[in-house]
Amino acid sequence: MGAKREVKDLQEIMTQLWPWYVSGPLLGLIVPLLLWLGNKDFGISANLRHICAMWPGKKPAFFQYDWRGQTWNLVFMLGLVAGGWVATFLYPGDSVHLNPTVLERLHAWGLGSPQSIVPPELFATSVLASWKAWAYLLGGGFLIGFGARYGGGCTSGHAISGLAMLQLPSLVAVVFFFVGGLISAWWIVPRVVVWLIGGGA
Amino acid sequence: MKYVFYLFYFLAGMLTSITLVQSQAASWYRIQEMFQFGAFHMYGIIGSAIVVAMIGVQLVKGRRSLEGPEIKINDKARTWTRYVVGGTLFGLGWGLAGACPGPALALIGGGWPAYLVLFAGMILGTWVYGLLREVLPH
Repeated sequence: MGAKREVKDLQEIMTQLWPWYVSGPLLGLIVPLLLWLGNKDFGISANLRHICAMWPGKKPAFFQYDWRGQTWNLVFMLGLVAGGWVATFLYPGDSVHLNPTVLERLHAWGLGSPQSIVPPELFATSVLASWKAWAYLLGGGFLIGFGARYGGGCTSGHAISGLAMLQLPSLVAVVFFFVGGLISAWWIVPRVVVWLIGGGA
Repeated sequence: MKYVFYLFYFLAGMLTSITLVQSQAASWYRIQEMFQFGAFHMYGIIGSAIVVAMIGVQLVKGRRSLEGPEIKINDKARTWTRYVVGGTLFGLGWGLAGACPGPALALIGGGWPAYLVLFAGMILGTWVYGLLREVLPH
């Protein structure tokens, strides 16, 4: 009886929102874990370069190296995709409870209250029928990919691993991640969301 | 033996993305909330991750890794233009798309194919950077 109850409790805990003081340390542990396993640096966007390096034809010098040496990271990346799938069995336990002021802004842009992890108005497969969604996704992705390689890393490489290794360049990068993010969130996103879902304006 | 480690790296990736989803750090909503300073949640995640990673790095630094090589911390090049300009461009994309590369991959696995288009955009951006690298100031 007791054991059964514990399993049920565990299930409940797993499916609810993991608080920051659980999820943050778990993500932080990945950095020493990868170092301890094989002296590997936690950096997800490096895989974008490795994928480009796989191109068999003519390619810029930046992509002319043996990507096979970075197979571990590509395997890690596949793990990310697989983990996202596993999480779908855990996720529906808790929806995204936003700050009411933030929620009001989203409503003003024409978005509904969160029912899933990301807004279906922007990311449901059906939105791909509109060229606007393609422009939004490809444009956003382009900035992420271009900026990450230009800046030498993304959130994992600079904000988590770089800062943990006390790298001043990472601190500069992270400060400017936030500069860009704030410009997007306050000035671009409101307009783009209204434009995307046709809120009239 | 090498293949056992691939399994470990795969599992480490799974742990990372399950955590990203269950903490809702992969959520577009949470990224907007973070940049609107609406909640401590995301700052708590990133801040505590840095602290734990920092302690962990100090513990493993200089030791031998399980695969063999000594654990070394590589210093990043100290030229600044790339971090300012590249960082800002990345941030613009991060805020706009409401996801960085890790969460995007988690959401692809989570059954949101639109994130494949976002990911394709990331590859395209990486490719164009490779093309322009020689002419960009770093």
